[in-house]
Amino acid sequence: MAAPAAKQQGFYDCRDAWARTIEELAENDPRIVAVVNDSVGSSKLGGFQKKFPDRLVNVGIAEQNMVGVGAGLANGGRIPFVSAASCFLTGRALEQVKADIAYAGFNVKLVGQSSGVAYGELGPTHHSIEDFAWLRPLSNIKVVVPADSWETAEAVKWAAAYEGPVYIRLSRMPVPDLVVENRKFQPGKAETVRKGDDVTIIACGTMVHLAVQAAVELEAEGISARVLNMATISPLDEAAISAAASETGAIVTVEEANIHGGLGGAVAEHTSANLPVPIERMGFPGFVPTGSVEWLFDHFGLTATGIARSARKAIGRKRG
Amino acid sequence: MLKNDLVDTIREKALWMRRRAFTMVHDAQLGHPGGDFSAIDIIATLYFGVMRYDPKKPDMPERDRFIMSKGHATGALYTALCAAGYYPEEWLKTYMQPQSKLNGHPNRNYLPGVETNTGPLGHGLPVALGIAIAGQLTGSDYRTFVLTGDGELQEGSNWEAAMSAGNRKLGKFTLIVDRNRLQQGMGTEETNGLDPLDDKFRAFGWDVEVIDGHDVGALVNALSEPPGGRSKPLCIIANTIKGKGVSFMENKASWHHGVPNAEQYNTAMEELV
Repeated sequence: MAAPAAKQQGFYDCRDAWARTIEELAENDPRIVAVVNDSVGSSKLGGFQKKFPDRLVNVGIAEQNMVGVGAGLANGGRIPFVSAASCFLTGRALEQVKADIAYAGFNVKLVGQSSGVAYGELGPTHHSIEDFAWLRPLSNIKVVVPADSWETAEAVKWAAAYEGPVYIRLSRMPVPDLVVENRKFQPGKAETVRKGDDVTIIACGTMVHLAVQAAVELEAEGISARVLNMATISPLDEAAISAAASETGAIVTVEEANIHGGLGGAVAEHTSANLPVPIERMGFPGFVPTGSVEWLFDHFGLTATGIARSARKAIGRKRG
Repeated sequence: MLKNDLVDTIREKALWMRRRAFTMVHDAQLGHPGGDFSAIDIIATLYFGVMRYDPKKPDMPERDRFIMSKGHATGALYTALCAAGYYPEEWLKTYMQPQSKLNGHPNRNYLPGVETNTGPLGHGLPVALGIAIAGQLTGSDYRTFVLTGDGELQEGSNWEAAMSAGNRKLGKFTLIVDRNRLQQGMGTEETNGLDPLDDKFRAFGWDVEVIDGHDVGALVNALSEPPGGRSKPLCIIANTIKGKGVSFMENKASWHHGVPNAEQYNTAMEELV
């Protein structure tokens, strides 16, 4: 396992919110079951297992079977949360995700743990930076990427109540709670974390708090940056993106994922067809070199300073 | 119903299914008739001699489930569901036509009675396992049946599910292997041999029965729950003949997805009586 990231004051591992919430939901709804591939610990489901030993289905290291079993449990009237490291859940079992979950349309919740480059030094086999590109075309699956503990809990509660397939993408990287007034989790809607007129930074997951820091940095230079938390990658909030393009004229996308086919790709697809504006896509261009999560973020500019730099570049590319 | 009467009824349904399926394949000039015919006696026995279901309530929680893992054999599945009363015969005439509910591989969102979408091989057994686990969790008494091809067992996902099912002691879970010994190009044993298949499943913790998959009496016996039930999942290896019932199709790999011309169709109809 990768060494845990250094603990910072006020930073929380969203898996704790996931584990708390799924236990609470399971207390009140006997239909909720967890399905894992020897991933009890990495999914933080030890507490769930203790409370509901029969309702934790551990199929062992067998992801294709795990996802198929999830579909079958839904056929049998259960609400399965299939939880595993997202690299294996989406990569190893991609055809099961496509045929058994998305195409068949079963009420299954896929929970990808330790996504992005959370496994750092373990390398690209264990990174999950392709999952957005793989799942976005599976149009029946809602792809949700919570940015903090509060949003993780809300997304899990929403997924349990929603009838249909959902992929929730979690990290093990501690993140701070976002400060947004009157917050309400709305699937399929971008959350405006900061208002701004000169450029829009569209981020998801672990990148949102860095985007906020970047906006603070830019503000000191007199640049007004809007920050959108795009917690739902699919379906995309096209209205929010159109508004960002027409009102701010330049966009930066930031994701802990491959820039091809992910959030940046989705935003570029929409704007290029409707309201073309300069876009800077931030993320990973492909397999990444060996390094800790912190080193990888720094190396690829996924820092407040790096995001601010991309924002200036996007503004500089505006016409006239 | 007396057993002899039941066997006769199932045989009549199977004959109708063969004639109707071959007509669908002929009309569409598409399909997988060889595998339809090896599976039809098994499926007819399930729907007309063994399973509990109500076509007016396809989502009834306590229904027995049948998962057609060899999803390409739609001629067998679609005719069975039609004969069971899930939809009118008119629908069969649309087989594989644009916008038809009868796609080349079954879709549960199009057709009542289809439990899950199959087509890519090796998907049915894991899904069926999940259904059986759900039944075990809720203390329900429904049974779960899944039919796989034999060549299909070359897919590793089946063995993930076989291991898990054996460890869970799922007595209401039955796998039937349509052991026609042919895959699309040639024999299973020439391609990637499966034998000894019975020993493989026993080693994975299953009860195993090997029967003639065209002997309806033997199918009824093997598929019926014994008094007191079972404590392990059951694998029925049903020895079958690809293309069974039509002389020029039997044991010919080319009829995996071969389609008949007018003369072949007429000959087949004369034989299927």
